[in-house]
Amino acid sequence: MSIINEIFSYTFLSRAFLVGILVSLSASLIGVSLVLRRFSMIGDGLSHVGFGALGVASLFALSPMAVTLPVVVLAALFLLNLSKKSKGGDGSIALISSGSLAIGVLAVSLGGVNTDLNAYLFGSILAVSKSDAYISIVLSAFTLFSYVIFYHQIYITTFDPAFSKATGIKTERYTLLLSLLTAMIVVIGMRILGSLLISSLIIFPAMTAMKVARSYRNVTIISALESVIAFAIGFIISYACSLPTGASIVAVHIVFYIVAFVYSELRMRARKKLL
Amino acid sequence: MKLIECKNLYLGYEDGAIIENLSFSAEVGDYLCIVGENGSGKSTLVKTLLGLITPLKGNIEYLKGLNSKEIGYLPQQSAIQRDFPSSVMEVVISGCLNRHKGLFGYTKAEKSRAMESLIKLGMESRAKDSYQDLSGGQQQRVLLARALMATEKLVLLDEPVTGLDPKAASDLYAIIRKLNEEGITVLMVTHDIHPALNDAKTILHLSQESYFFGNKEEYFASELGKRFLKEAGHHEHH
Repeated sequence: MSIINEIFSYTFLSRAFLVGILVSLSASLIGVSLVLRRFSMIGDGLSHVGFGALGVASLFALSPMAVTLPVVVLAALFLLNLSKKSKGGDGSIALISSGSLAIGVLAVSLGGVNTDLNAYLFGSILAVSKSDAYISIVLSAFTLFSYVIFYHQIYITTFDPAFSKATGIKTERYTLLLSLLTAMIVVIGMRILGSLLISSLIIFPAMTAMKVARSYRNVTIISALESVIAFAIGFIISYACSLPTGASIVAVHIVFYIVAFVYSELRMRARKKLL
Repeated sequence: MKLIECKNLYLGYEDGAIIENLSFSAEVGDYLCIVGENGSGKSTLVKTLLGLITPLKGNIEYLKGLNSKEIGYLPQQSAIQRDFPSSVMEVVISGCLNRHKGLFGYTKAEKSRAMESLIKLGMESRAKDSYQDLSGGQQQRVLLARALMATEKLVLLDEPVTGLDPKAASDLYAIIRKLNEEGITVLMVTHDIHPALNDAKTILHLSQESYFFGNKEEYFASELGKRFLKEAGHHEHH
């Protein structure tokens, strides 16, 4: 308990904690739809694009958010269109993602500040400034709000785009919304988790929830809960043991995933015995 | 009374028509099978009937009170759906989302309509189960229940028995037959000769060169119809 009190006695840690919770929650909700649509790799690709943009921004001493956000949004639209045409989408995502990483590394080392490289790749709690926090809170709130409002529409466009279109649901609109939200989450989450780990915030909660829950609503709820709990535990462990925050959080996600995996295997076996 | 009437349709994309000068209609209570080789334009026709593509020329008239959004559509299943974590109820009730007003949750009336729809298809006991735990035939019944949520008049089925074993396929055909007898008009795109032979009232056969539209008896007496029978392995017995 005293550790928790200690954490919250620092303003910058409380700020990082709040931002982290909101980002985790938003990422986990979007993740359910992304994973189910087989778009998991898009989150990963976007985070590398984000890193490239961040590197370039720091080279020219531009505001990181102002550069990264539009670049990642554009990349999201581009990648989504690619994967719609399916064939070759996979390879293109890998191209874009490793290409952006290289550009980012070059830009950062040209700038000559190598501590930045570390922070961009693996995240840094200290990187969350006051203005970052405000932007993050507004963007996460927007994400949560649109997710709740369009929950049913997102469900049906994920489950069956052909049927949705035929019954007059504007599926493109919701796919667009989803890619915009993904881009935003990647950009704000990158500051804390780093570009190499941010996609785990999107993918782990959904994958874990899908092992445990059998209905879409429960997958959504468990995914949201798992993300918040894993973030809180990881955050505290990282402070208590002086470990990198991003990696600690992901480690907790791994543990949760393994537990869920074992649970689903056991349940499957029990079921087979019954039959 | 004609539910849908298509006159002199030219269908396709800007670079050229796939179907030229097609006219056909479906009566209220009809059971129309749409058959034809791959590439003959069946899926283009389906998209046109659903209002997703506008015809290059010609027009489609719906009976007063019906619009293209009120077609109970049963699309071909995708790989994503088969292991999608969703309860049966969630799937079925999503069929009325296009008519749903208000921001949050479904109403009581919508929920009870979903339940009625499941009862019609004999799936009410599985309402709370997970869609991914159902057999292929049961999944199709659930999707058909969802299609009924969007319509009272017309279902459009796209290759409904693909991937089903013979028993599940004939069960599904029996359900579709029952729905048709209760007054729902059925349009079915199919490769399978059995519904065309057993249940259909009218047949639309699309082929690259021409097309046939008429009642079942005329069809199986026609050249196209005889060819279809032969290709499906049915031989005339003398």
